[in-house]
Amino acid sequence: MFPPLPNPSVQPSASAFGDQDLVRRSASSVPPPARDLPKVAKLIDTSKCIGCKACQVACLEWNDLREEVGENRGVYDNPGDLTPASLTVMRFSEWINPETDDLEWLIRKDGCMHCEDPGCLKACPAPGAIVQYSNGIVDFVHENCIGCGYCIKGCPFNIPRISKVDHKAYKCTLCSDRVAMGQGPACAKACPTQAIVFGTKDEMKQHAAARIEDLKSRGFANAGLYDPPGVGGTHVMYVLHHADQPQIYAGLPNDPKISPVVELWKGVTKYAGLTAIAAFAAVGFMHHLVSGPNRVSDEDERNAKRLTEGKTS
Amino acid sequence: MSAHEIRPGEKVHPGDPVIVDRYTTAARINHWITAASLVLLAISGLALFHPVLYFLTSLFGGGSNTRAIHPWIGVVLFLGFFGLFLRFWKANLWKREDGTWMARLYDVLTAHDEKLPEVGKYNAGQKMVFWMMSILIIILILSGLVLWDQYFFEYTSIEQKRIAVLVHAIAAITIICVWIVHVYAAIWVRGTIPAMVRGHVTGGWAWRHHRKWLRELVSGKRG
Repeated sequence: MFPPLPNPSVQPSASAFGDQDLVRRSASSVPPPARDLPKVAKLIDTSKCIGCKACQVACLEWNDLREEVGENRGVYDNPGDLTPASLTVMRFSEWINPETDDLEWLIRKDGCMHCEDPGCLKACPAPGAIVQYSNGIVDFVHENCIGCGYCIKGCPFNIPRISKVDHKAYKCTLCSDRVAMGQGPACAKACPTQAIVFGTKDEMKQHAAARIEDLKSRGFANAGLYDPPGVGGTHVMYVLHHADQPQIYAGLPNDPKISPVVELWKGVTKYAGLTAIAAFAAVGFMHHLVSGPNRVSDEDERNAKRLTEGKTS
Repeated sequence: MSAHEIRPGEKVHPGDPVIVDRYTTAARINHWITAASLVLLAISGLALFHPVLYFLTSLFGGGSNTRAIHPWIGVVLFLGFFGLFLRFWKANLWKREDGTWMARLYDVLTAHDEKLPEVGKYNAGQKMVFWMMSILIIILILSGLVLWDQYFFEYTSIEQKRIAVLVHAIAAITIICVWIVHVYAAIWVRGTIPAMVRGHVTGGWAWRHHRKWLRELVSGKRG
């Protein structure tokens, strides 16, 4: 049992972090923050999850979102995918373990992983539409979002969704508003089995280590922590019974990293592109300075006249 | 008899100076709609390409509006250029003298026009601009549709969108560079801009830069 966070005081209190704690801001720079907040993390233990969707309900409730009435797609996933309203969904996978021939029901709560190296933020062209705090939370600032969908291309986990209503991108905030008040995310609060716990990243790793040890003692030899190094680690981590094959959990990427295409687009192309344009303009300017205009001479006009008259007279 | 016509809007008016009609009114309107679209697309596209240029979104009423308008201007550009393509493609087919012209690019740039072969309505440089624009606009409209999330999000995968956004950016930079060549050449070669503004050039200009074309018009035959 991980000790749950105490309920907050009912007295007004100051926000625990804010704009002064930004370490990254999309399409702009921020001064290095004066203090370094302890890194936070949410740990999702797939081995404890019972698939009740209390986390989904809590997420809708806390964020004051309403999902459209959907359709039964023949599986437990409801809704079938992340949406601008459903910032988290439970993904159910039926997997036959080839070693034991047992059917295993793998349930993974999907949502933003809060990457240490966020691809969405790297791809975003709108200054301040995506920010990262020194505690690791990656947040979308909707008033700055222009709805271009570049974050979707940057994300290695296929998380952001653009609303067809207001054309803004939506994803899990890690309940940054609750965390700022010393609380954990709504999903963690609602989880009846403590499959979702929240704390500092160090605490979460310790807690995960104990869970993994327990799973290994129960025969899950490959139990482990999912904290993928390809994106610098994440601030949402999973305990997986089969950490050697994350893809069996509804396609959780094996080794997620920002796509090299995105790196190329937001890296060398951005700088080489403007340089090329400037170079073409500069060469034109220099050429004109050096060679002067190419003017039609009087002789050219006389020649044209002669040609025309020779044929028309 | 005072004039010869070889293509629509091409006429030689003898006089002092000789005046040569080069573009019809329709062709010029078509050109300037396309030109305005390309400039607006470059500004709005660059604004979303590099953060230092993001302030340009204010010309379009902010980032969201820039994002929404850009693809529509792209449609106008595509249709506009398609019109230009239908008008000009034949005159831009590669001819034997074009290779010679390209090989003497040094003489072109040093304005030694007397060392260049006589060329028709377009020289090799203009033809390359034409074909580069044609190819790049096809690449841009196709990759642009992949990125037009509002209407076409469902039709492609995220990986395809990533490739499209890179291709779109590279093609856009290339077409801006081609556009710089196009505009600079029009400025450097004096007497060119009136062709697209008023529709006509002087006989001397045609003699100096497109002598084969002038000869065709005067003789009334296509070379």
